Amino acid sequence: MTNMRSELKRLMHIVVCIKQVPDSAQIRVHPVTNTIMRQGVPTIINPYDLFALEEALKVRDYHGGEVTVLTMGPPMAEDALRKALTYGADRAVLLTDRHFAGSDTLATSFALSQAIAQIGKSFGTPDIVFTGKQTIDGDTAQVGPGIAKRLNLVQLTYVAKIASIDFSARKITVERRSEGGTQVLESKLPCLITMLEGTAAIRRGSLEDALRAARSEIVKWNAAEAGIEDMTKCGLRGSPTVVKRVFAPTPRAEKAAQIDTTEKTVRDVADELVTSIFTHQPALEHELSSSRSA
Amino acid sequence: MDFRLSEEQEAIRAMALDFARDELAPHAIDWDQQKHFPVETLRAAAALGMAGIYIRDDVGGTGLTRLDAAIIIEALATGCPAIASFVSIHNMCAGMIDRYGTEAQRRQFLPRLLTMETLASYCLTEPGSGSDAAALKTRAVREGDAYLLTGQKQFISGAGESGLYIVMARSGEEGPKGISAFIVEKDTPGLTFGANEKKMGWHAQPTRAVMLDNVRVSAENRLGAEGEGFRIAMAGLDGGRLNIAAASLGGAEAAFDKALAYVEERRAFGRAIGEFQALQFRLADMATDLEIARTFLWRAAAALDAADPEATKLCAMAKRFVTDRCFAVANDALQLHGGYGYLADYGVEKIVRDLRVHQILEGTNEIMRLIVSRAIMGRK
Repeated sequence: MTNMRSELKRLMHIVVCIKQVPDSAQIRVHPVTNTIMRQGVPTIINPYDLFALEEALKVRDYHGGEVTVLTMGPPMAEDALRKALTYGADRAVLLTDRHFAGSDTLATSFALSQAIAQIGKSFGTPDIVFTGKQTIDGDTAQVGPGIAKRLNLVQLTYVAKIASIDFSARKITVERRSEGGTQVLESKLPCLITMLEGTAAIRRGSLEDALRAARSEIVKWNAAEAGIEDMTKCGLRGSPTVVKRVFAPTPRAEKAAQIDTTEKTVRDVADELVTSIFTHQPALEHELSSSRSA
Repeated sequence: MDFRLSEEQEAIRAMALDFARDELAPHAIDWDQQKHFPVETLRAAAALGMAGIYIRDDVGGTGLTRLDAAIIIEALATGCPAIASFVSIHNMCAGMIDRYGTEAQRRQFLPRLLTMETLASYCLTEPGSGSDAAALKTRAVREGDAYLLTGQKQFISGAGESGLYIVMARSGEEGPKGISAFIVEKDTPGLTFGANEKKMGWHAQPTRAVMLDNVRVSAENRLGAEGEGFRIAMAGLDGGRLNIAAASLGGAEAAFDKALAYVEERRAFGRAIGEFQALQFRLADMATDLEIARTFLWRAAAALDAADPEATKLCAMAKRFVTDRCFAVANDALQLHGGYGYLADYGVEKIVRDLRVHQILEGTNEIMRLIVSRAIMGRK
């Protein structure tokens, strides 16, 4: 009974994993060398992580509790954490250690899962771990599921919306976007959610929030402080992925064909389009007609 | 001496820059073209604490310094100088009530001003007295427990849209000592407004004449003591001048950034025009001017925060220097864009038009020189 009461009284703890990424909207490609010009490109919080943070803050505002933001990165990643605090997060943890340099998604999800376990010991076991569905620099969408697997959490990926949470029954219902429609999924807590671009606008911190964030102490952990013992799973040593080559997409030589639609019926336009496709792809016409006859 | 911003100042700057980038910059050209006054956007800024930047926090103000305010206005102006300037004017009015108002006035008016549910306008200039403000003719005649205000105010930013007007009027003798300040609410009988003026810039906020015909204002709405109005009006302007300078700085920065990007994209004679040294040197000079302007603006703001006896002089110097230099930088940015700079779509000519008036209002730059020369030569 005592246990149950303390369980009921316990407030929700949500961990949000964020990443500081270059603002891809401001990256320019060098006109001659075709390489990405990274100098002076400002950093932002990965946009999907911001939706995850917004969702976490909404859950906290409604149900009570705390939101801890976590990032792994160089010391300058502190800026991203401060920004998250400006939006209203309660606590920020920076996982930073030169041994993490060169981490691929395997090593990253290992380090983050260890840090989340340590956060659980230090500040209370998380009920929900949020990540963005993917980052805009790596685009792998592997880190969220990697964390879930290591922490043995139910994983709810590509979530568009949290429909409801029954905290006392430890149940959550989410809307997950999938091919062909939306799945409504119910799961037990704790769980890990990877967020799509959300339905709600992301809140903006006030001047007072910005001041509070600036005054906040950020928890900084190196590998040992995060409770990581097996360093062979960290950084380059723990990263089997090898990037062989990075290249810019080659521009297509041919321009897209245009069909004038002003004085034609839909059928005419469709006919013209199909004819045009078959002219360019004669094999396709053959293939289609043979499969139809079969 | 440490020339770096504190972490707190970096944080408020980042927050205001985000707001300018997301909420102001994408609409600035439209607002200018449509002559739209975006009251909802102003209220969104107010919800974030930007309508009472240096108002004490007991009534919900943000309680920051003048230096902080200059940093915030500069950041807002990178999105739209005209809107940043209105935020500045509104803050100046709220600041006057916070500083010189009675407790009752503070509690009655400031909460509405802090949400921008009510906007505020500053009414000093008249058709016949601009720089010679102490010669104003609007009369305030005492009648029982009220004053009857009669006269006309000219070039009033926000007039017609604002719900509250701080009106300087003559309640006594000729000259500055006969002037009192009054808080006048929009719906007071006898208060009417002229047409929205057609002007060169600042299209995103209305400018109208304000007519007062026996407007009855309760003595409880007099701001400060009788005869104190001119001093209050001038004290408000010290900070207002810093903010207008900050708005010039933010606008010029935005124009500079556009020019910097443009010279890398635009090609002439077989290469990007940014490869020509004449243009590189021009950009170097512009960047240097912006840096000087910012450093000096912060110096003047710090002096005002510290109640330095030289603050008025420094604020006047900063207003004159920063608004002149920043107009020149914005104009140079337009020149670097060539013919495209003259087109509205590029947003540079709009900044130039907006910044031009900063050399005229909150005391013309000639009056700034007058204030400075009086201070350094000890003349009246």
